[in-house]
Amino acid sequence: MTGTHQRLYLPGDSALHRAPAEVKIVAAVAVVFVIVATPRELVWPFACYGIGLAAVWRWAGIPLRWTAPRMLIELPFVVLALLLPFGGGDPRIDVLGLSLSQPGLQAAWGIVAKGTLGVGVSLTIAATTDVRDLPGALSRLRVPAMIVTVVTLLLRYVDVLVDEAARMRLARISRGDDPRTLRQAGATARGVGSLFLRSYERGERVHVAMLSRGFTGAMPEFGAATATRVQWVAAGAVVVATVAVCAAAWVTR
Amino acid sequence: MTAAVRVVDLSYAYPDGHAALDSVSLDIAPGERVAVLGPNGAGKSTLMLQLNGVLTATSGEVHIGGTLLQRSTVRTIRERVGLVFQDPDDQLFMPTVAQDVAFGPANFGVRGDELTRRVDEALAAVDMTDRADRSPTQLSLGERRRAALATVLACRPDVLVLDEPSANLDPLARRELADVLLALTTTIVMVTHDLGYAAQLCVRAVILDGGRIVADGPIGDIVGDAALLRTHRLA
Repeated sequence: MTGTHQRLYLPGDSALHRAPAEVKIVAAVAVVFVIVATPRELVWPFACYGIGLAAVWRWAGIPLRWTAPRMLIELPFVVLALLLPFGGGDPRIDVLGLSLSQPGLQAAWGIVAKGTLGVGVSLTIAATTDVRDLPGALSRLRVPAMIVTVVTLLLRYVDVLVDEAARMRLARISRGDDPRTLRQAGATARGVGSLFLRSYERGERVHVAMLSRGFTGAMPEFGAATATRVQWVAAGAVVVATVAVCAAAWVTR
Repeated sequence: MTAAVRVVDLSYAYPDGHAALDSVSLDIAPGERVAVLGPNGAGKSTLMLQLNGVLTATSGEVHIGGTLLQRSTVRTIRERVGLVFQDPDDQLFMPTVAQDVAFGPANFGVRGDELTRRVDEALAAVDMTDRADRSPTQLSLGERRRAALATVLACRPDVLVLDEPSANLDPLARRELADVLLALTTTIVMVTHDLGYAAQLCVRAVILDGGRIVADGPIGDIVGDAALLRTHRLA
């Protein structure tokens, strides 16, 4: 949780940081759905969303230099979007001497705008939500206990597995393995298989340890404050504002 | 006086047919600290898992404080027998130490202020109060092992069962853990290869070999018997 999570969490003391995770999750999911439902032919609704998101970042103390590099995760989708204007159908328009498909341009714009905003919203939640709050938040959102357990274990053990994989890699390299050559890919593959088996065995041991402390299938909550009515109303206001922009866009398109 | 732990003719075979325990009988008095010694594969960890019903015996009985371990009492027994596993990463699975310490008592129905008090007391007992909100990945091995101990102490067990508590610890961490364990009044069953650590912490030792108890006596007599230790691959 140190390594993986600290790349996404930005400690702070804003109201957004203090807001219960379940409120932020619900609001973020709702906002992303509304963004996706916005007609792609228009630019101004997405500009409104962008301004709103930038305002939230400023309010929560999330600098653009922190978000920008992390938004590169959407790069593959941007590349796909850039290809669409060349391969789309008619009508076509000339832009800087290039014949581009108008529906392709609109599709590309839709992917880039909606994708960028979606990633921005997700990063906002990640930057302001400590991972330790997630299991409790998911429980309060009535997410099935099995899924909450899986998420909890994933969050806890991903770094343990990464460390274990790194130690196995070092042990291979110290015995002359060179993973860059195709000839020795077999050793890497067997290492992955071995890591899977070790993880499976660890899973069994963790389950036994949980059983011995009375685990019955549900993750008990501890130390997390539940959301207040004011916090739910504030989150609702953000969602309503987003819905208003979307509705206006559909009316005026 | 009712024994804290009474094991009567306990036998256990794994599903593949391997007999791990063969007619093991053992009485441990309340407050007694007993080391279970034995070579690899002797059945030590299997015996440990029998004590709170994680494994079910093929035959024989386990009584904890006079309560027979059976399907109807297994939850009570699990609350009264705390297992601390060898690898703290197997035991510490929650995002923070405090959440992990709360996991056990919360499963046994403790809530609210009482739960908070249990967590605070358990963390204080292992000198980990200032690390309550840390992730286990941010702790040293010695700290993780003490945190794992706290996760069990928070359940206020009558019997504490420790699997190789000193494994891989540096001298300082060994001493810190020993200080914590010596301050406890709980009955302790310590499964270990570490004869020195066992002698430091326990008053009695049993040697388990081939799934049977082959020696039982004061720790000084057991660890001082070089021939006995060699016979059972402990020296």
